[in-house]
Amino acid sequence: MNVPAMLQVENVSKLFGRVAAVDRLSCEVRSGELVGVIGPNGSGKTTLVNLISGFIKPTSGRILYNGRDITHTAPHNIVGMGISRTFQMVRPFYQLPAYKNMIIPLYSPRVRQMAGGRYGDRNAVALDLLEEVGFERDANVAYKPAGTLPQGYLKRLELAKAIALSPHLLILDELFSGMSLAEVASVVPVIEKLRMAGKTIIMIEHRLKELFRIADRIMVLNYGRKIADGSASEVMESDEVKKAYLGSEE
Amino acid sequence: MKKRRERIDRGIKVRSEDVYALVSWREMLYLAGPRLLPAAAFLLLPFFLGPYWQKVMISVAVFALLAISWDMLAQTGIISLGQALFFGMGAYVSGILNIYFGMPPWITIPIATVSGGAICTLILRPVLRLRGIYFSMVTLIVPLMLVRIIEATKIFGGTEGLSGMTPLPSTRVEIYLVTVVLLGVLFGLRRLMETDYGLVLKGIRDNDRSVTNAGINIYWFKTQALFIASTIGAFAGAFMTHVYMFVGMPVFALDYSILPMAAAVVGGGGTFAGATLGAVILVPMSEALRGIGGLRIVMYGLFLVVFTVAIPEGLFDYIQRKYHQMERWVEIDQ
Repeated sequence: MNVPAMLQVENVSKLFGRVAAVDRLSCEVRSGELVGVIGPNGSGKTTLVNLISGFIKPTSGRILYNGRDITHTAPHNIVGMGISRTFQMVRPFYQLPAYKNMIIPLYSPRVRQMAGGRYGDRNAVALDLLEEVGFERDANVAYKPAGTLPQGYLKRLELAKAIALSPHLLILDELFSGMSLAEVASVVPVIEKLRMAGKTIIMIEHRLKELFRIADRIMVLNYGRKIADGSASEVMESDEVKKAYLGSEE
Repeated sequence: MKKRRERIDRGIKVRSEDVYALVSWREMLYLAGPRLLPAAAFLLLPFFLGPYWQKVMISVAVFALLAISWDMLAQTGIISLGQALFFGMGAYVSGILNIYFGMPPWITIPIATVSGGAICTLILRPVLRLRGIYFSMVTLIVPLMLVRIIEATKIFGGTEGLSGMTPLPSTRVEIYLVTVVLLGVLFGLRRLMETDYGLVLKGIRDNDRSVTNAGINIYWFKTQALFIASTIGAFAGAFMTHVYMFVGMPVFALDYSILPMAAAVVGGGGTFAGATLGAVILVPMSEALRGIGGLRIVMYGLFLVVFTVAIPEGLFDYIQRKYHQMERWVEIDQ
């Protein structure tokens, strides 16, 4: 266990005005791990994702990826290094067919680089990737305008867009919210397959039951601070976690 | 024999996604007609117009180019209020090259087109990170600032401007030069925006975070769009310098910013054809209204208001929709 962690968040704070959304947070994610991040609403989970993916810059502290400081790297360059994320609020290009939504990630410099300078047939790759996340090819779901698809499909489209970039570290921000039980059940194998392929995954999630089944480790945030870190059962035993979720007895 | 109505485009649409499967000359005409008609009109009209209306036609083409340039930026999510910057920069560069260095028009126009576009891109590049209205405000101010700089420092003829440029050989050459460029830009850009590259540009307009999240540097793509748009505007300016044989402070005037935008709004943004159509309507109208003096602006304003209220999506979209809804009678067997 002496291998340095893939992602190191060191003492990072983010202030919005005088409110600390993330407060002196430190954590590590090792290569190949599937880490779940949970916490009550407003506990700073999405802010943490935004900080790692570079969309917002921390007030203090630093973030290392494979030993390199990425604290002040532009978000598109962070994606280029192999970190890709999904958004909690999906906003696809509604008029375009679902598979055309995949073209933009497939057009990125990273994909071209990985394909040896060529792009290949983007439309075919897009359809393939969508089938992988459960867009039934027989029903031609991928050809329907994104605006006509239910939320569950849009979430999976978001996942496919992130996978298209073949990341090393994949951050899923509340992927399961808005999905039916059946849809979640169909996406779980996709995530497990990604793990087998050696991807490192961070999942922000409110659906604890599904998360606990697949995560190696759970981190609990509250008021921007880490209050617990360990296996699912360890974390749920913690008094502080119970207090955060259920409120303290006064 | 019973008959029913059927959409003309029905057979074509069913069979085609990207590839058109056409079986008859009628279907070909149905698709090619709307594209050939304006091209033919632009190319043949000079033969039927008098000298005055030929000049108006040049003006139409120039404003159509500026409107297309505006639309190009709008499709990338950049709202520009300063097409005059592009126009004026092209005009001054070609004027200076012609007067001070004695270069002929066929050298000054290409050089001014590219370098004018490059200069405008460099000027606006630092503020490209500003979003929405803040960027628009900068584009509005920069040409007005350049006017004052020319006035104060008296460079390039100061308030008098430069005159006596080499004219183009004839009005016919002028018309065909600008028309061919207009048609090339119109159809070329329409095609460009249909490619995956165009999809990325439109993606930046709709959701720039999502494009960034795909590992694409949106500022680099915005810079490219800005260069394309300012090059088109600079060509219009460089060309007009040799038509008027004059370049001066009026080339940075607000007219060159407002009229193209109005044309794109009347015709409808997002298609380039709408922008062209808008210029075809507004420029001759503004010429025809010249006779009524000050009331011209009022009429003009009223026209714009009526259009934006009645057909907010633009005239071109409206015509396109109606065209695709055309029906024919077909016989049905019992």
